[in-house]
Amino acid sequence: MMQTKNIMIVGVGGQGSLLASKLLGKLLLTGGYDIKVSEVHGMSQRGGSVVTYVRFGDKVYSPIIDRGEADFIVSFELLEAARYTEYLRPEGRIITNTQQINPMPVITGAASYPENLVQKMENAGLAVDAIDALSLAEEAGSAKAVNLVLLGRLSRYFDFTEEEWMKAIETSVPAKFLELNKKAFRLGAQS
Amino acid sequence: MKTLMLGNEAVARGLYEAGCAFVSSYPGTPSTEITEAAAKYQEIYAEWAPNEKVALESAFGASLSGRRSFCGMKHVGLNVAADPLFTIAYTGVNAGLVIAVADDPGMHSSQNEQDSRHYARASKIPMLEPADSAEAIAFTKEAYEISETFDTPVLLKMCTRVAHSQSVVEPGERTEFAKAYAKDAAKYIMMPGNAKRRHPIVEARTEALIAFAETTPLNTVENGSSNDIGIITSSTSYQYVKEVFGDTYPIMKLGMIWPMPEKKIVSFAQNVRTLVVVEELDSFIESHVRDLGISCIGKSKFSCIGEFSQNTIREQFENTVITGTKIDAEIPARPPVMCAGCPHRGLFYTLVRNKVTVMGDIGCYTLGAVPPLGALDTTICMGASVSGLHGFNKASALEGSVTDEKRKTVAVIGDSTFMHSGITGLVNIAYNDSNSTVIIVDNSITGMTGHQQNPTTGMNLKGDPAAKIDLETLCRAVGIRRVRVVDPYDLAACDLAVKEELAANEPSVIISRRPCALLKYVKHKKPLSVDPDQCRSCKMCMKIGCPAISMVNGKAKIDNTLCTGCGVCAQLCKFDAFRKGENE
Repeated sequence: MMQTKNIMIVGVGGQGSLLASKLLGKLLLTGGYDIKVSEVHGMSQRGGSVVTYVRFGDKVYSPIIDRGEADFIVSFELLEAARYTEYLRPEGRIITNTQQINPMPVITGAASYPENLVQKMENAGLAVDAIDALSLAEEAGSAKAVNLVLLGRLSRYFDFTEEEWMKAIETSVPAKFLELNKKAFRLGAQS
Repeated sequence: MKTLMLGNEAVARGLYEAGCAFVSSYPGTPSTEITEAAAKYQEIYAEWAPNEKVALESAFGASLSGRRSFCGMKHVGLNVAADPLFTIAYTGVNAGLVIAVADDPGMHSSQNEQDSRHYARASKIPMLEPADSAEAIAFTKEAYEISETFDTPVLLKMCTRVAHSQSVVEPGERTEFAKAYAKDAAKYIMMPGNAKRRHPIVEARTEALIAFAETTPLNTVENGSSNDIGIITSSTSYQYVKEVFGDTYPIMKLGMIWPMPEKKIVSFAQNVRTLVVVEELDSFIESHVRDLGISCIGKSKFSCIGEFSQNTIREQFENTVITGTKIDAEIPARPPVMCAGCPHRGLFYTLVRNKVTVMGDIGCYTLGAVPPLGALDTTICMGASVSGLHGFNKASALEGSVTDEKRKTVAVIGDSTFMHSGITGLVNIAYNDSNSTVIIVDNSITGMTGHQQNPTTGMNLKGDPAAKIDLETLCRAVGIRRVRVVDPYDLAACDLAVKEELAANEPSVIISRRPCALLKYVKHKKPLSVDPDQCRSCKMCMKIGCPAISMVNGKAKIDNTLCTGCGVCAQLCKFDAFRKGENE
C-alpha cells in the first residue's frame, strides 16, 4: 500500500494558493489517487497566514497535515516557509518563493523580519529550493502567476508528465491566461 | 464520474440529487458555500435571507407547501434560528426539511467555539454528521428520507474541516419531489392545547429514532485486530483516529449523532477492554455513554478546547507526538488585516482620533480591533453593537454611574449585519430614546464571508437585480431624524460628521459609505508614491495600519502591487510627501 503523500501550500491570504491546490487536486485525480484538500476561508484570508493541505495516496483519512508529516512545503512567501518548518518530515523538502511580504507587526515596528531565512533553514538541515518566483512570474507576464512557477518547480519531484500537468492547468485557469500560466509553469520547472 | 468536491459543495450536490427545491440561508463561515453552490443548480430556488431566523422560517414554509427545503448557517446562526427550531420540532414537516449547521472548532473565523450538537438534544431533532464529501452527499439525501419518514426537521452538522475540505465523490442523478399541502391545524398551530398534544408525539418520535439508529448504516462498527481499546467517534475525529490507528482497534463511527443507538453502544462496550470516546469540543457522546451506565475515557484526555489532529490522537493514546525541525529565528505573527484601500480604515482612524468608545460587531470591520488602530472596545454577536450601545449610554447616564460621561460611545456595524439584526437595536434606540450614534459602515456587500449580496446591495443570490433597501429612508422611518452619509476616504468629512453627531442631543446615524475595495466593479486609482526627500519619517501614515505602507531605510514606502490609490495616507501627511499616481 502506498504511503500517503503530504503537500502543504502556505502563503499570505490573497496570494492565490487556492488555485494551486485546485490544480494539484485535478492532476492527482487523473492519477487515480484518493485525495483530500483542506482549505482556509473566512477571516484568515484577509492578509493573514494561510495554509492549504493536499494529501494523496491509496486511502486518505485525515484532511490535515500535522507537524513532522509534510513531504513538501510549497511557500509563496519566505517568512511563511520559515513559520511551518516544523511540519516537514525529516526527508521532506521546502520549495519557497524568496519574495518577502512584511506582516503587520513588522510594518508597525513591533517585530522585525528575520534575516537570512534561507540560510537558517539550510543550517537546520532542511532541504530548501529557494527561487525568485515573483521575477519568473513577471517574466511570464504577470506577478499573479507565482503559483504556477512554484508548481513548476514542484513538478520536478513528481512522476507526472508535462502533458498531464498542462492538462490540469488547462482545466484550472481561464483560457485568456492559459499561455501565460503555462509559461510560468515551465519557467518554474526549469529554474 | 469521480470528481473532487468541497464538503459544502457536496451538501449542495446532495440537495440537488434529493430533489430539494428551496434554499434560504444567511452566509457564515464555514457554511456559506453550501448555499452558493446550491444556487448554481437551475432546479433549486436559492436565496440569501436577512438572517437565520427568517431563513429557517422560510424553509419551513417551503416544506409546508410540499417542496423539499433547506436552510444553512454557521453555529452561532443557529442561536438566531433557535426560536423557530424548537417549535418546528413539534409541528414536524410536510416535505422534508434539512437544516445544516457548521461548527468552527479552533475558531478559524468565529467569535466562540460552541458545540451545536447540544441543539439536537435540546430541540429533540435528529442530527447527522458527515465525515467527508462523499458522506456529505449521501447523508444529505438520507436526511430527507428521515425527515419525511419520522415527520421531523433534520439537522446536518458540518465543521470547518469537513466543510472546507475537498475529497473524492461520485455524483448521482436528481429525483424530483413534490407533495400537496393540506390544512392540519392540530399539527401546525402551536397554541398550548395543540402543543400539549404534539409533545408526546415528539417523545415517541425520539424513541422510534433510537430504534432506527440501531440499524441504520449511518452508524458503523469496524472490527480491529486488538480489543484492548474500543473507540466511539464521529466526523473529523474519526478521520484522525483512522489515520493514526488504521484497523488496529474496533471503531464505532456515529454518522447519526442524535439520538444515539443505545443497544449498539452497550454491546460495543461489552466487547472491548477500555472504551474511549474521541470527539471535538464538548462531552456529548461521552455524557450519553455515561448515562447508559458505561464507563469510558473521554474529556479527561481529549480537550474540549480547539481542533484535534493526528498528533492529538498519538499524544493521548501513545504519549508521543511527531514533529519536525524548528529553525533558529523569531518568526513574527501574521494576523489578518484590513486590506489596502479598505473603506473602513478612514472611519476607524477618525474614531481613534476622537477618542470614542466603540461597540463593534461581526464582519471585516472587526479587524479594526487589531493594532495599530485598536479602534474597538467590544465584539459579541450580530447586532450587539447597536443594542449594546443603547444600554451603555442609558446606564452611564443614570445617577450613580461612575463611567466617564465625557467620553462618547458609538456603535459600528456593517450593512449586512445591520439588516441581519442591527435594525431592531436601532428601533430600540429611537423608541427608548438613548442619545446614541450608530455608524453603519456600508461597503455595499457582505464582505468577510466572501462577497455575498444582501438586501442593501440591489442584487440577489442568483445575481439578478433585486429590491434595494434604502438605509437612509429606513433609519428615518424608525424615528431617527439625524441621518447623514459620509465618504470614509474623506478624513475631514468623517471627522466633522463624528464630532457633530456626538455633540447633537438626540439619536443619530452616520452611514459611512464606499464599496469594498475588492469588489470587481470598483475601479482603483493608480498607486501613490512617496517623495523620499519630502518624507520626514514622522510615521503619521503608519498609524492607519495599511499593509501597502512600510518604512524602508527610515522613509515611508508604498507597495505599488497593493496600493489602491485611496489617498487616506496622503491626508495624514503634514509634509506633502505623497504623490498621486499618474493617469488617474
